[in-house]
Amino acid sequence: MTAPAAQRAPTSAPKSDRAFIRIEDVVKTFDGFRAVDQVSLDVAEGEIFCLLGGSGSGKSTLLRMLAGFETPDAGRIEIDGQDMTSVPPWDRPVNMMFQSYALFPHMSVAKNIAYGLKQDGMSRADIEAQVKRMLDLVKLSALGHRKPNQLSGGQRQRVALARALAKKPKALLLDEPLSALDKKLREETQFELMDIQDSLGTTFIVVTHDQEEAMTLGSRIGVMDQGKLVQVDKPRDLYEFPRNRFIADFVGSVNIFEGVVAEDLPDRVTIASDALGGAIHVHHGMSCQEGQTVWVAVRPEKMVLRREAPTGVLGETVGGMAQGVVEDIAYIGGLTHYRVVLPSGQRVRATLANRERHDDAAPTWEETVWISWAGDAGVALTS
Amino acid sequence: MTWLWRRGRALVVAAPVLWLGLFFLMPFLVVLRVSFAEAVIARPPFSELLDWADGLLTVTLNLGNYTFLVEDDLYIDAYLNSIRVAFVSTLICLVIAYPMALLIARSKYRNLLLMLVILPFWTSFLLRMYALIGLMSPTGFINSALALAGIGPITMMQTDFAVYAGIVTGYLPLMILPLYSTLEKLDESLLEAAHDLGAKPWKAFLTVTLPLSAPGILAGSLLVFIPAVGEFVIPALLGGPDQLMIGKVLWTEFFNNRDWPLASAVAIAMLALLVAPIMFVRNALGAKE
Repeated sequence: MTAPAAQRAPTSAPKSDRAFIRIEDVVKTFDGFRAVDQVSLDVAEGEIFCLLGGSGSGKSTLLRMLAGFETPDAGRIEIDGQDMTSVPPWDRPVNMMFQSYALFPHMSVAKNIAYGLKQDGMSRADIEAQVKRMLDLVKLSALGHRKPNQLSGGQRQRVALARALAKKPKALLLDEPLSALDKKLREETQFELMDIQDSLGTTFIVVTHDQEEAMTLGSRIGVMDQGKLVQVDKPRDLYEFPRNRFIADFVGSVNIFEGVVAEDLPDRVTIASDALGGAIHVHHGMSCQEGQTVWVAVRPEKMVLRREAPTGVLGETVGGMAQGVVEDIAYIGGLTHYRVVLPSGQRVRATLANRERHDDAAPTWEETVWISWAGDAGVALTS
Repeated sequence: MTWLWRRGRALVVAAPVLWLGLFFLMPFLVVLRVSFAEAVIARPPFSELLDWADGLLTVTLNLGNYTFLVEDDLYIDAYLNSIRVAFVSTLICLVIAYPMALLIARSKYRNLLLMLVILPFWTSFLLRMYALIGLMSPTGFINSALALAGIGPITMMQTDFAVYAGIVTGYLPLMILPLYSTLEKLDESLLEAAHDLGAKPWKAFLTVTLPLSAPGILAGSLLVFIPAVGEFVIPALLGGPDQLMIGKVLWTEFFNNRDWPLASAVAIAMLALLVAPIMFVRNALGAKE
């Protein structure tokens, strides 16, 4: 927190690689249901870590265990080198921003922010100064006397943030921090949140079900499914190198072609796919055996859609190609989504950027087109 | 349709207005009128206010009943004692009811527990008071049990304790129910936020739960306090002869002394005394909104 902001990288770069928050083999069971199942995770100091998952994936339970509202059945939670596994919430050096904000309705904005400071027995003058700093930080200086029900949703969100940051916690836990805001406000607030995090250097752990939000905010993202942490990676690695079909499908949209390994070379794999109706070449090595069933994931924006057959050489510049019929077109302004049916019955999504204002030559409904993708565009997955 | 709709609405409002007018406002006006009359040995036992003779309308308003209330210590003592008893009973009810309501609001079996709270209402109030006599009388259940252990007997009947026991058992549900309904609505994440910000459970209760349940506390307190002030049955059955309460005084004036005007003045004064705290609470709540 001592380093001046100017020396800091523009996006939340971790201060060090030392594990600041360490979660080890944590298990939490509710009535026989494993909400969190053997999760281990290290979060570095000063990082924005996003826990991404659908409802019931265990991400909120994990966050609540960090806050101290739930005690793990097994495993260990450490914050800044201290064992926190069974420390009650009021003795933990972390604070939480609740999804519902949980502002005290009978207290003014200033009193809400001062609440945590009062519990620490801080002097009245110090509390006042800190409340003022927090109000300035979230740009609500003029509204300190108002009650929460006199504020807009966006203002309430800021008060919740200010209240949770007032005690200078070692880590801030944010439970779906932007889910109650409308889309425009959410986008603005995302960047503000990052600015605030950057200026304070506090470690943020954000729980969200919105993958775009996780991608924007997070320096790293952990994807949870059925209580397990499936993959932890930087946003780009998560998107471009998903570990399995679940991740590929959950983060962004994807086309998945099933096939069997026909030829396994150190730096490339050839896959025979009935779904595509031809061979798929993947330009990366993988540990697999010939004859094994694998899946190739190709993102819609990496698909090339044209009337003519692709000019490249299959297995060199082209990773895969097939002919199909345009079934559906969704024009959404900047992009157009195409859905093409292949002879095998598989539907392929292709996204084209609309670079030109007039594009009368674009393929239309019921037209037969070629879809293809570059040799390094696909990822082969074994699970 | 709109015609029918408007008619229907008027009817819905008219029914309770008519009912209240007939059975609440009219008797009240009668009592108010009697309180300004003079007691006479006649039937009915009070004088007329209006006299029409020789084209001359004479209105006789006797304020003596009210001045008598202030002059005689009996009435002031009875009022003060009633308020004291009602206040203490309300406080006891609150102290007992709050933890119960909190427990019910957080219990998995809240419906069953609420049923148990309401269950006593299915028995007649009078019967419940007689049951208390059966418990507390010198030869009652408690003293019999104590006698077996070689203790007692303890005098419970005709004491302040018996009156408090009666009021608290009789009115406790009226305190629990409004408390329950505010506590049940309390957002649990507010308590979690308080804990998260460093408040231990007791502190979180004092700073979050308690202030946010203030409407329930006020509503429950009024529901207990108001009937307790005018309570007649409980002090008559369980209290001693020296237990001076305004309900009993009213009864004595009405039926023993047959001084209807004075009894009416006592009733009107009591009403005025009770309206004041209600208005105060209403305003306090109104300011909060």
